[in-house]
Amino acid sequence: MATAGGTPAAAGDNLKRLTDLYRMMVRIRTFEETALEAYKAGEIPGPLHVSFGQEAIPAGVCASLRHDDRLTSNHRGHGHALAKGADAATMYLELYGREGGYCRGKGGSMHIADFSVGMLGANGVVGGGLPIAVGAAQGLKLLKSAAIAVCMFGDGATNRGPFLEALNWAAIYTLPVLFVCEDNGVAAHTETRTVTAGEGPAARANAIGVPAVTIDGNDALVVEETVARLVADIRAGRGPRMMHAKTYRWTGHTATDAAAWRDPKEVEAAKQRCPIARLKAVLIERGLAPSALDEISAAARTEMQSGRTAAHTAPWPGIPSAFEDVQDVGAVHG
Amino acid sequence: MAEVTLVEAGRLAVLQEMRRDPTVWVLGEDVGRGGLWGQYRGLIDEFGPERIVSTPISESTIMGAGLGAALVGTRPIIEMRIFDFVMCAMDELVNQIAKVRYMFGGQAKPAVVVRTPHGMWRNSAAQHSQMLEAWFAHLPGVVVVAPSNAEDEAGLLVSAIRSDDPVLFFDPKDHWLVPGKIADGEIAAIPFGKARHARQGDALTIVTWSAIVPNVLAAADQLASEGIKVDVLDLRTIWPWDQDAVAASLSRTKRLLVVHEAVEVGGFGAEVIATMIDRLGPSGLKVAKRLGAPRIPVPFAPPLENEVRISPARIVAAAKAAMA
Repeated sequence: MATAGGTPAAAGDNLKRLTDLYRMMVRIRTFEETALEAYKAGEIPGPLHVSFGQEAIPAGVCASLRHDDRLTSNHRGHGHALAKGADAATMYLELYGREGGYCRGKGGSMHIADFSVGMLGANGVVGGGLPIAVGAAQGLKLLKSAAIAVCMFGDGATNRGPFLEALNWAAIYTLPVLFVCEDNGVAAHTETRTVTAGEGPAARANAIGVPAVTIDGNDALVVEETVARLVADIRAGRGPRMMHAKTYRWTGHTATDAAAWRDPKEVEAAKQRCPIARLKAVLIERGLAPSALDEISAAARTEMQSGRTAAHTAPWPGIPSAFEDVQDVGAVHG
Repeated sequence: MAEVTLVEAGRLAVLQEMRRDPTVWVLGEDVGRGGLWGQYRGLIDEFGPERIVSTPISESTIMGAGLGAALVGTRPIIEMRIFDFVMCAMDELVNQIAKVRYMFGGQAKPAVVVRTPHGMWRNSAAQHSQMLEAWFAHLPGVVVVAPSNAEDEAGLLVSAIRSDDPVLFFDPKDHWLVPGKIADGEIAAIPFGKARHARQGDALTIVTWSAIVPNVLAAADQLASEGIKVDVLDLRTIWPWDQDAVAASLSRTKRLLVVHEAVEVGGFGAEVIATMIDRLGPSGLKVAKRLGAPRIPVPFAPPLENEVRISPARIVAAAKAAMA
């Protein structure tokens, strides 16, 4: 595994690109902090899955994507949506279930989608996005589009059948798909290693015929450089690729889960590998003024607080909307 | 009119729509070789392997990839080989296809046809014979189509392919080779939710659909030979279904019998009866009966399987009981 700032590609990075990467990670972190505060204040109904500690992966992945590339996400998908270009304020409206939210209040945290930026939806079913992503890639190929599909999923999904099916499918049809396994080591409340045979996600992918690489998913520069290389392969028509990015989920499965079974020392050690702090050190070393870093944090706080406040005071969706967008034919009552 | 089998009628509908719309394509096991039943025979020669896609036996991904391809603007026909195998893709059908439009606030257009041959067929036993259309009438977000004959197969398949709603299309696989007539030239779309008035009469209304329809018609003809004329409505689609046609018939007959091949308990016949009682009031109906299969899996041995089949004789007996 490479370390932050240590890769040859990273040496050539310009400061603005790295600053943009940093800004996205800070926005994701601040989005989650604000959402969790709101949840604890009783403002957000339903389950909430946050992604503290995993920010480098969505930010690094989406840095290489085009606007029309498509992305499928999972239940822990706020960061994926933001990185693909979704608007934080509209996401908060959806988390609160309010009018004007991405799904008009019918989806909530687990179903954020923004088709206008190619974000084809978070998913409440582990592994649910895998078949959809390969189908999106197949459709794009049929339409002779140059866009690709990206599928974000966790380590838990690699024990579901659709993982085998979708990777095999992408390989046999040489589809333009990037599979991204965000391996935070825990499948809901169970350490994945305790329920998983074999050598892990990359070995499984390679065995199926999808070239895969394992990286340090807490090193934003490595994530970005790896994805740039894999996406170049995919755009060149070489077929699917997989990136297995190792990371750590600082919090429990949901906002109400303290994950008290974990050794606090393990969590503390993970925080020492904070992807944001690591990239910050690189930026300072390369001469970015501390005031610029502070401005990024302050701007993110302002953005997220204003999104939270607007969502908290926004109206509920009109009741008739509960009966809309079901299907074109057939009445909603018998 | 051209005489064609039911399977050929469906094939011609797919052929017509694939020529009309380059975004229509087919994915499923063995479709490049024409499909298990010849529903796609020869289509690969005209459209190539990019639009007639033979897939691995990966039901979850056949179903889910069809959805993903629809989300980027194509119109896939998802061929599921035999209905019972849809069970291997229930997440993709129930949690994904049926939900994405609603759950994403109208952003998604899951324009897929899930084509799935169902029902009993030559002693195929418990895992190759099921009819569970009622499950999907219960599922918000999908259209449920269950034709009984070649003309309806073709016209409803055209509508299904053009629909922006996801359509679960149940082919009556026991009748693939039954000949029927379709119009020469372009196959016209048959709208969803319009029953076919298959027999006319005032003694009793029989509501039915899919593979059991020929038996119902045989029963109706026998009753007619005895001087009893019954109204037979082939619903053709069970969501939406033609409540107006059923109500109009009942306003004359006051007597309702629903016949389906599926298990009687919890079947769609119960929905038809409950809806008509609600609509017509307690005095609007003298009798409401249903006739379906016993609540057992479909057995293998022919004499045992016959216990599940609803024969014309049983339908005649049920009709007479409803008129007693």
